[in-house]
Order: sequence, then C-alpha cells, then structure tokens
Amino acid sequence: MNVHRAGRPIIVVCAAGLALLFVGLAHAGDDVSPARQRELVHLVRQDCGACHGLTLQGGLGAPLTAVALRDKPADGLAATILHGRPGTAMPPFKSMLDEAEAQWIAAQLLKGFPREN
Amino acid sequence: MRTSLLFVLSLLLSACSGIAPRGSGDLGVVIERADGSVKIVDSSQRAVLARVTGLGDLSHASVVFSRDQRYAFVFGRDGGLSKVDLLEQKLVQRVQQAGNSIGGAISQDGSLIVAQNYEPGGIKAFRTDTLEQVADVPAEYGNDGKRSKVVGLADLPGNRFAYALFDAGEIRITDLSDPSRPKTQRWAAGKQPYDALVTPDGRYFIAGLFGEDGLAMLDTWQPELGVKKVLSGYGRGQEPLPVFKMPHLRGWAQAGGRLYLPAIGRHEVLVVDMQTWQEVGRIAVRSQPVFVMARPDGREIWVNFAFPDNSHVQVIDTLTQRITDTLQPGKTVLHMEFTPRGEQVWLSVRDDNRVVVYDTATRRPLQQIEALSPSGIFFTARAARIGF
Repeated sequence: MNVHRAGRPIIVVCAAGLALLFVGLAHAGDDVSPARQRELVHLVRQDCGACHGLTLQGGLGAPLTAVALRDKPADGLAATILHGRPGTAMPPFKSMLDEAEAQWIAAQLLKGFPREN
Repeated sequence: MRTSLLFVLSLLLSACSGIAPRGSGDLGVVIERADGSVKIVDSSQRAVLARVTGLGDLSHASVVFSRDQRYAFVFGRDGGLSKVDLLEQKLVQRVQQAGNSIGGAISQDGSLIVAQNYEPGGIKAFRTDTLEQVADVPAEYGNDGKRSKVVGLADLPGNRFAYALFDAGEIRITDLSDPSRPKTQRWAAGKQPYDALVTPDGRYFIAGLFGEDGLAMLDTWQPELGVKKVLSGYGRGQEPLPVFKMPHLRGWAQAGGRLYLPAIGRHEVLVVDMQTWQEVGRIAVRSQPVFVMARPDGREIWVNFAFPDNSHVQVIDTLTQRITDTLQPGKTVLHMEFTPRGEQVWLSVRDDNRVVVYDTATRRPLQQIEALSPSGIFFTARAARIGF
C-alpha cells in the first residue's frame, strides 16, 4: 500500500490506515515484492509440497488448506514457518525467509494459497 | 524385393493390430508432477513415445510395473491408482483407493498391487488385472483405534509385504498369500520411521528413522531375532541440520557388501558393512542427501540433494569411498534412474522442465528431454527386482 506517497488526499490515507488496522497481520507482508511473491508461491507449492502435497492437502506433513488452518492464528503459522516445530519433521525456514515473507505466506495460506501460473 | 514386400506386409499387420510389435524392456515413465500426466519414454532411443494424462495429483508419485513389463501402476498423492498400458500408450483403468497415498508395491507372483496410504493409514491390495480391491489392512496402533501413516512398503518373497509406521514407530510384515486372510506381524522400530528399503535379495528390511540417530533393521529370514538398531548415535550428539526434504530409501543402496545410506540432518552418506552391520565410513557431501543410488554394477554411487541446495549431483567411487565428480545438471534435480545395466542415468530437473540423460562413463549429458515439472523416472526393468 502506498500510504506514504505524497499528494494523495488525506482521506485515502485514513481509509487505508483503518483498513490496515482492521486486517492487521493479514497484510503484514505487503512489503514482499510481486516478484518475490511468485518465488514464494513456487517454494510453497513445490518444496513445502514435498511433505504437505502440491495441493496442500497434506502428506507426511499436515494439510495446509484454508479449511484445515481455519482456527490457526497467522502469527503462530508464521512462527512455525520460521522456527519449525521441534519433535516433528517440520524444519525452520528462517535461513531462507524473513519475518515479512513468513507473514505473507501465513496470510495466503489462511485465505487459500494461490496457484502457480 | 521379397524383403521389401515382407516389410510392407509387416507394416500393414502392425497398423491393423494397433501396436507395432515391440518389447517393453527399454521403456519407462517420467512423472510430470504438476500436470497429472506421465511421459512414456524409450531409453534405447532416448525419446518420448507418448504422453498420458488424467492421472490426478502426482505431486508425490511412484510406479511399479507388471511382471510382463507392459503395464505401469502409478500411485498418486491423492490416493488414485492408475494403470497405464505402455504399448497402447493409454490409461487403462483408474481407481480412487485412499485420500492420501505415498506409493506401492507389487507381489512376488505379480498378482497383487499393494498401496501404502497416509489417509486412511494402512495398506490395501488390488488384483493386478482388474484393480479390484482384495484386502484392506489398517495400520492401527494403541488402544483407541488410531491409524498411522505407512511408509517404506516393500515386497518380500511369499507375497508378503514389509512396511513401517511413521506415527506408531513400528515395522510390520503382512502376509497376503491368501488376501482374504491377511496375517500381520509387528515389531517396535524406533522414532518416526520415514522410509525403508529391502535389500535386493529380499532379506533385510531397513527403516530410516527421523526421530533418532539410527536405522531399524529386521532380518526377514530370522524375524524371531527382532529389530536391531544400526548406526545408533551417528549424529554424535550434535544438533541436526534442518531437513527440508525427507530422504528416500530403496534397495539400490547396496554395493560391494556395503550399504550407502543418507544421514538425516547431516550432510553425509553413511557406509555400513553388511556382515557386521557396523559403520565403516561416512562421506561428506554437499547438502542433505535425498537419493543415494548405486549404479547397477555397484561401481559408483550417485547422490542428489534436498531443497534448497538441490541443483547438484555427486558421484562416489565405491573403491575409494571418495567423491569423484560434482555435476550440475540444472535447477532442482528431483530424481535419478539408471538404465538396467547402468550405461545411462536419467535425471529429472524440475525447475528447468527437462530430463537430462547422462552417460555414466563420461559423466557428460547425452540428451535433454522436455517434460513439465518432472519428478520420478521409472524404467520397466524394476519389474524384475525385489523391492521395486
């Protein structure tokens, strides 16, 4: 969101700010560039898909569909992505993802993860 | 003149029957994981013969072949089991046998196809000719009817099948010599077996463990001796590295009386002497190994790697136990398959959308074959091998 761009009517800024407030963490990944988003979609579909399935219906890893995750908070998902789940096969991805990217992935998972083009 | 007449006649005949007479011993399939399709390939011509579509979710797929090497049975992630005729080049039959599946096996006599399932956890057997279900063996454990994900299914002599239970930490053998009365034996194996293999003689069933440093070995010739731990503590108490893709085990890891096995959470290939079952070496490799495969003559071992460092392949010399080559076939090498006598190896390079065929003697690429997001490559010679 370009809320900081100069010259925009102030009302837009306010509306955008309010929207940001309401959707909270779901939009925390807005600073992930579209090119990086495509890479992340590829990563999740293909490489997370090795355990969770290309359709994210699950495999050795748990299903990651929006339905399966509906009661999970985005923060928790992002933390699992970054730090893994000790005692399970879920590894930490912090060596290749930053906080904003993990939040972006979590938000997309909760909405129903995009397909690769 | 007579020869050309015969030639024309044979052409006509083959046109009438629909299939030119040919063997299928040099055929195989390449899984196109994102499109639910397979390519039928010919390793003599190094060419694609056909593409067969409509096989469902193949994001994790594996294949076994009928003993006449005509039919490929494709197990899809979505629990679909598809029978593909390699000669007629078409999908013959397809059943939805589970919600989430990981692979399967074929019985010693070729009469049964057995699927190993995550959801619902267990194995199911089907007639090879009709795909009619003939047995359902849930992988139940504990006292409240929980079912475990099944991994590492392998055929054993006597129409028996060995497998491991990821959640229950067990190895089981189910005797399907009478499919209407399956008989199952069970052994405690260790924490989180993630895959398994049977040695090419059908004797030793070995499960890799994710939850502990070691492997669980059962001598199926003397099952009364129980499961023995091998390579216990190979991590030497060090913190394991993250594993971004589970290694795969199959019976191809044996060479010169030794087994070559991927370590979990360590960038090493572990070498075990099969007489003593002691570690006799460990070979440092680039990344987390996924497939550790002996060329059919056992002279060398080829290794590929887990995400994110998965664009290389390394070759280990089995006399010196050293890495002799590091190849870079392309972006994301998912699988390798040797031709039956090992003069070629086919590598699927997922993110480059191609299969690269290497000459194993020169280690140079011979050919590139287009395929959409290719993963597993399976040649029909597997039909004649125990554990495949």
